[in-house]
Amino acid sequence: MKKDNLTYLVGGSMPEPRPTVPYADEACSFLGGLSDLLMRQRSMPDVVSFAFFCRRANIARLKREFGDSERRLGRGLAFHITPSNIPINFAFSLAFGILSGCANVVRAPTKPWPQVDAVCRAVRELLDRPEFALMKGRVAVVRYERDDEITGYFSGSCDARIIWGGDASVRSIRGIPIPPRAVEITFADRYSLCVLDERAILDLDEAGLERLADDFYNDTYLVDQNACSSPNLIFWLGRGAPEAREKFWGAVHERAKKYDLQAVHAMDKYSLLCDYLIRRPDVEGVSFHDNIVYRVKLASLRDIESCRGRFGLFFEYGAADIGELAPHVTKRWQTLTYYGADRDMLVRFVSENSLSGIDRIVPVGCALDIGVLWDGFDIVRTLSRILEVRYAVGRK
Amino acid sequence: MKDIDQALSNGPFSVNWTEKAELYKTALRDLTSHHRDNCAPYRRILDGMSYDDRSCRGVLDFPYLPVRIFKMHELASVERSQIIRTMTSSGTTGQSVSKIFLDRETSAAQTKALVRITSDFLGSKRLPMIVVDSSEVLKDRLMFSARGAGILGFSMLGREVVYALDGDMRINRGALEDFLAKHSGRNILLFGFTYMIWEHFYKPLADSGGMNIENGVLIHGGGWKKLESASVSAEQFKSSLRETLGITRVHNYYGMVEQTGSIFMECGEGRLHCSVYSDVITRRHRDFSPCDEGEAGLVQVLSLLPRSYPGHSILTEDVGVVTGTDDCPCGRLGRTFKIIGRVQNAEARGCSDTYEKG
Repeated sequence: MKKDNLTYLVGGSMPEPRPTVPYADEACSFLGGLSDLLMRQRSMPDVVSFAFFCRRANIARLKREFGDSERRLGRGLAFHITPSNIPINFAFSLAFGILSGCANVVRAPTKPWPQVDAVCRAVRELLDRPEFALMKGRVAVVRYERDDEITGYFSGSCDARIIWGGDASVRSIRGIPIPPRAVEITFADRYSLCVLDERAILDLDEAGLERLADDFYNDTYLVDQNACSSPNLIFWLGRGAPEAREKFWGAVHERAKKYDLQAVHAMDKYSLLCDYLIRRPDVEGVSFHDNIVYRVKLASLRDIESCRGRFGLFFEYGAADIGELAPHVTKRWQTLTYYGADRDMLVRFVSENSLSGIDRIVPVGCALDIGVLWDGFDIVRTLSRILEVRYAVGRK
Repeated sequence: MKDIDQALSNGPFSVNWTEKAELYKTALRDLTSHHRDNCAPYRRILDGMSYDDRSCRGVLDFPYLPVRIFKMHELASVERSQIIRTMTSSGTTGQSVSKIFLDRETSAAQTKALVRITSDFLGSKRLPMIVVDSSEVLKDRLMFSARGAGILGFSMLGREVVYALDGDMRINRGALEDFLAKHSGRNILLFGFTYMIWEHFYKPLADSGGMNIENGVLIHGGGWKKLESASVSAEQFKSSLRETLGITRVHNYYGMVEQTGSIFMECGEGRLHCSVYSDVITRRHRDFSPCDEGEAGLVQVLSLLPRSYPGHSILTEDVGVVTGTDDCPCGRLGRTFKIIGRVQNAEARGCSDTYEKG
């Protein structure tokens, strides 16, 4: 294989697939060390949020929650293919792989990102310390332009492959074989929504409203509303109080004034809006808050999954009962963020209606909070194998 | 439309802004309701945005379609049977193209406007003409690409038209030399697309020692994108043509397939001129509010011509600056502007492109 196009940002060859138990002490203290080093990167909030995830207390909590009822071992070598437009995602994927007890090779974004450089520098620094000698040789971060041969090279040796990205990426990479025993986790295109309770919004004081707007901003504008967990539909729970909507959107608009809307994005968004107005005769009206917030009020939920906003384009629908959503939910639905709605009611909505979608029910502000649980997978469990041990009963 | 007809009869650059704003208020209201009544998708957009023509107090207030919508939907304001020609933008392979539907009336209005606008620069006599392109482009008469439509439209301005390039985009040297010999000492018109002229006409002629076309007046358009990526500026384009071919009279024009006919011609001062048939407004992208003179913004183009499709008010993806109103030293009335370029294609954040094309 020609390796001219392959750059190792960490490591220098195919990692040794030697597994350890999940949450091994060395893995936990490695992430703790990473947290210490990266917490200083104040100029990169996403790197800091990763450092926050890796801090010792959080890893210890995850380890406790993971429990020790089963004996487990990493599957071997995990090969991660991560998205190019969310630079910190590769670091999370690597961390989950390390926690699972796997050796890891991670394909980082092709584009140069300062976040990628900062994380890789810290990882290299830690691997050179004597206490992580066993870890060295089991971690690699690579960068290459799309290249089926290189992807085939790592895929052919892996025991688990993790594909982040949309349907097209998954489909294209799936054409490249992995060994028969290898498992695969794919993160395909998803659809997400936000449920807001009218009454609760009306009851909010100014500080609370500001916090909610800030949280909502972080779920949406921070990633151009383009992450699979960013909401497209805002479902208003209540009897139809326009004051609640105006109160909420006014605050979001205020918060989003800082959003760096590019001219090309303004055109994308306006074109998208006109496209929806032509395609959907059930639009009741559009509200504009400058070009920052576009709200499309719908009279029905028909084919709602095809209504996707970007750069701050939201679809709104209101009803007194969340049950109205049930017939429209498909496997594609991922994150339901909520404010003011009763959590148990939402959980019952998913389980009692036998919905095939909605994997996450999280408060507004947590849409992008990635963890070892994602898209309905427990990533650490999926990347490790169970060692089944039985004890002989009544025999010597 | 009586006032408009009156205005049109006085020549395309003879109406001042105040007068024109008054005319356009009525004309745009009429056009907007015509398309609203006759084009259902257009009506849905207007209804969705709660358009109410009573709230349109001036030219700035009328709704505009994003130019991309013509690539996403087929928009016509006449019966299918009335459509005599469908024009498409010349997108590269894999890109979607705009589709513009013309009936007899709109098509004729486009031709008339084009003739009147250009004759203000060329004189009313038809000149012997060189089209710097290949006649192959015109083969399919029902589905015209922007390139074909441009050639066909502009060909009406000249006589004894000769095509400078063959089907392989090589220079028809023999035909060109015969043509120049025959018309030596007389003004001739050259027309072509900016990039084609540079790549397939200027460059090979420069390589083979140049050619004397000093009686030529060149009209060119189609955008600077490709030349910009080859680092050729408008000044360099002009000076190269002057030095190698002797062409001193070069007029760029700004136009698009979505508003054929009512083109914006560049005068000797280097400003693009709105004619009585058209106008521009520049807008701020954060709220689409109108820019001040001298402030760069997204270019909205207005045209009185489109009746068979709702293209009378379009927000383009070009960035421009209004340079003046009724004050160009060349003497033409109306607004003038410059085009700075396309909106930059910034990348969006997101998580669904792991395996992007390398």
